[in-house]
Amino acid sequence: MIEPEELLSLAKKVAERAEGNEEVEAYVSASRGTEVRAYDGDVEHLVVSGSQGIGVRVVVDGREGFAWAGSLDPDVIDATVADARDNAAFAQPDEWNGVTRPEEVEGVATPLLDLWRASMLDVGTDEKVALALELERAAVASDPRIKTVESAEYGDGIGASAIANSLGVEAMTRRTVCSLSTVVIASDGEEQQTGYGFSVGRELDDLDLLVPAADAARRATRLLGATQIPGRRIDIVLDPLVSASFLGLIASACNGERVVKGRSMFADRLGEAVGSDIVTLVDNPTNPLAYGASTHDSEGVPTRRNEMIVNGVLTKFLHNTYTGRRSGAGTTGSGVRGVSSTPGVGSRALSLAPGTATPEEILADAPRALYVQSFSGLHSGTNVVSGDFSVGATGLLIENGALAQPVREITLANTLQRMLQNVSAIGSDLTWLPGGAAGVTLRINDMTMSGA
Amino acid sequence: MPDLVDPELLRRTIDTALRHGGEFAEVFVEDRRSAGGSFDDGAVESLSSGRDRGAGIRVVRGETTGFAHTSDLSEAGLAEAAAAASAAARGGGGTVEARPFARVDAPRPHEIEVAPESIPKAEKVALLERADAAAREAGSAIRQVSAGFAEGRRRIMVANSDGVLAGDETVRTRFTVNVVAEGDTGFQTGSEAPGYAVGWEYFDTVTPESVARTAATRALTLLDAVPAPSGKLPVVLKRGAGGVLFHEACGHGLEADLVSKHASVFEGKVGEQVASELVTIVDDGLLARQWGASAIDDEGMPAARNVLIEHGILTDYMWDLLRARRAGRASSGNGRRQTYADLPMVRMTNTYLEAGDDDPEDIIAGTEYGLYCVQLGGGQVNTTTGDFVFGVTEAYLIEGGRITKPVRAAQLIGNGPETLKLIDAVGNDFDTWAGTCGKDGQGVPVSAGQPTLRVRELTVGGTAA
Repeated sequence: MIEPEELLSLAKKVAERAEGNEEVEAYVSASRGTEVRAYDGDVEHLVVSGSQGIGVRVVVDGREGFAWAGSLDPDVIDATVADARDNAAFAQPDEWNGVTRPEEVEGVATPLLDLWRASMLDVGTDEKVALALELERAAVASDPRIKTVESAEYGDGIGASAIANSLGVEAMTRRTVCSLSTVVIASDGEEQQTGYGFSVGRELDDLDLLVPAADAARRATRLLGATQIPGRRIDIVLDPLVSASFLGLIASACNGERVVKGRSMFADRLGEAVGSDIVTLVDNPTNPLAYGASTHDSEGVPTRRNEMIVNGVLTKFLHNTYTGRRSGAGTTGSGVRGVSSTPGVGSRALSLAPGTATPEEILADAPRALYVQSFSGLHSGTNVVSGDFSVGATGLLIENGALAQPVREITLANTLQRMLQNVSAIGSDLTWLPGGAAGVTLRINDMTMSGA
Repeated sequence: MPDLVDPELLRRTIDTALRHGGEFAEVFVEDRRSAGGSFDDGAVESLSSGRDRGAGIRVVRGETTGFAHTSDLSEAGLAEAAAAASAAARGGGGTVEARPFARVDAPRPHEIEVAPESIPKAEKVALLERADAAAREAGSAIRQVSAGFAEGRRRIMVANSDGVLAGDETVRTRFTVNVVAEGDTGFQTGSEAPGYAVGWEYFDTVTPESVARTAATRALTLLDAVPAPSGKLPVVLKRGAGGVLFHEACGHGLEADLVSKHASVFEGKVGEQVASELVTIVDDGLLARQWGASAIDDEGMPAARNVLIEHGILTDYMWDLLRARRAGRASSGNGRRQTYADLPMVRMTNTYLEAGDDDPEDIIAGTEYGLYCVQLGGGQVNTTTGDFVFGVTEAYLIEGGRITKPVRAAQLIGNGPETLKLIDAVGNDFDTWAGTCGKDGQGVPVSAGQPTLRVRELTVGGTAA
């Protein structure tokens, strides 16, 4: 079963089981997909997957219970509803708990988005296998120093989900996605460096297999010869892929769940200047170019464009219905979840307002800066409560406006608060990436770099 | 333990999987139940329960593995998935006649004493309230406390065309506390989350109060912390704190799948000195009560104690069934998968550096200036180069052989093989850490352990000017 109408009909039947003053919400999803991995000229594996599941929330007198199952069999659904109901009895009442109310979805038009490409239903297995094998060949051919392709993969997915609650709120959606990705190893004597590249789209015509092959090879080979360098204070230029993960951290500090529970450095700073005046941070799931685009959030609330930081000033937090009620700000259509969890808060389509400078111009204007190709330890080394930022990095020194000496085993430290204030250039090269954010070349001044 | 699926049905499913040829076919059946509760902001937020069951079927034909899975354990559901796996296994290669089943008799690492399902929910909820109270009592600077428990029961059954028929049941219990404290320097966080492969007897040795106090003390200590120094320093890792570093920086490079893909710095180094003579590293799936323990792996092979590095000499890699077959040797019991919907691959279980002879106090006393790490956050490693980065979530300066000021915002950065050679003191104590190891998008429960030890020199990335 993959038709969203069928999933919605099932969700509604579950929601209708609400008894007395109970509120019941059912979130149902189903997906299927293929993954082909090529290695050494052969298909290493071909995986055919299909999964489905249901998550049920029961709220009674402000007490919330939850249960989920990886099956839509009627007996399993019965047991899941019973478990959620039983669990609710042991939670403490919270006045802001409850499923989405009809008035919370009013006044915001549901965006028109077509995330479904019927062509994906007709792609044969042979074609998928051929793409994976061809990607591997292209990766090897892209540079003589690429001796090994660690993985070359084709993947696709077709998914549908629906949500319905006993107050009459309902929504459904379906989407297709496909991707090519590769990890290559570049060798020079004893030294090895890895690089990866990808191409992602909603149907095969969106994919270009030369892009991941060339990107992976470039990212691996340009690190060959990496050395350790002494520490100093340094300006950095973030590669678009890296800037997307930096934006994710900032968005996390704008997460209403963190804010209402006092777990964000931004909790009491609404209206203040938190960044340099070129920083405008937006989450816009109604943008069809964003891979995280969605008509509704995971509580059935229509999505919308949310501006969290405008010209450096903190203007808005993201909320689901719970944090929206608790903060008084109302939901921003930012509920996110999987089948196995209750709705949290999150961004789907994050981007900075792009600037006017090309990446080349930013490099030319950043003498002696460090170009950061990747951060490592981003989640352990950063803290959006305190703002501490201390992570490992690989990259290249910028000399005469161009990428020069690669460096390894360095760390970069600062606080997130100062980094936002020190954003000194934003590129014009906005690129939507998988994972819910757009990347852009970004310069941040005055980091502490430690090295050898 | 009763079979999840009738072995005769598994036999027919394997026959279906091999009907278009193939050298190997396998059915993996899993039934997983989980439950948990969360406490936040002074109240029990929510209780949850989950159920997932299904089967994954793989067929190996030539160089290609075909894989399909289903949540439908009926004869028709299994037959459909077997047919899909068979069609996906498109490589050339021969065919095999499935052998008769022989049950694998693998000893269990330990017995489960108290089924978590037997404990009333009200009693579980009360543990959360105790943790909240204990954390708040730790200091007036505590602003936020969240606590949670998680329990899981996983039953598996594996049958393959080599005649393997095996089953196992594992139970895991974990209690977590996260704390936010506020001081003059802003907000700081602390967390603690010990996990063991045991039932509710977990609370015989771990109390909600002890977990809460550890988390709270961590946050409070950070309020007084100074910025961490930068540069190359001696680093002492407290027992249990650094196991994850060796798991990431060395363990992954010893996985046979990465080795065979030339993605490991340890390729071709069996028999060579790759670490200080003080270093012996073991992966042991039978380590009683530990987070990564089980009787069999997810390919039906008995879990085992495997010595990877002995007195600095690389002795062996870790193997799953597929890599072992290709190398013409036996699996080491390291084939694991996240769920029935995932392909197995080489994974660690409980990986540890064995205790040595030094008194931990002497190791600290013998360090003039350095960093003493008590808790590491997550880390990342590039297995091809061995380069790693780890966040440090609780650490202190060592000055004049004594532990002095707490530090914050530190990262450890280095290279796995180089770090192994720089270990110059190994303590006679030992502890473990429980976590989820991610590889290729799959997470599995593992533990990592080590005695207090010193690395002569490691790059510390801090924020001190």
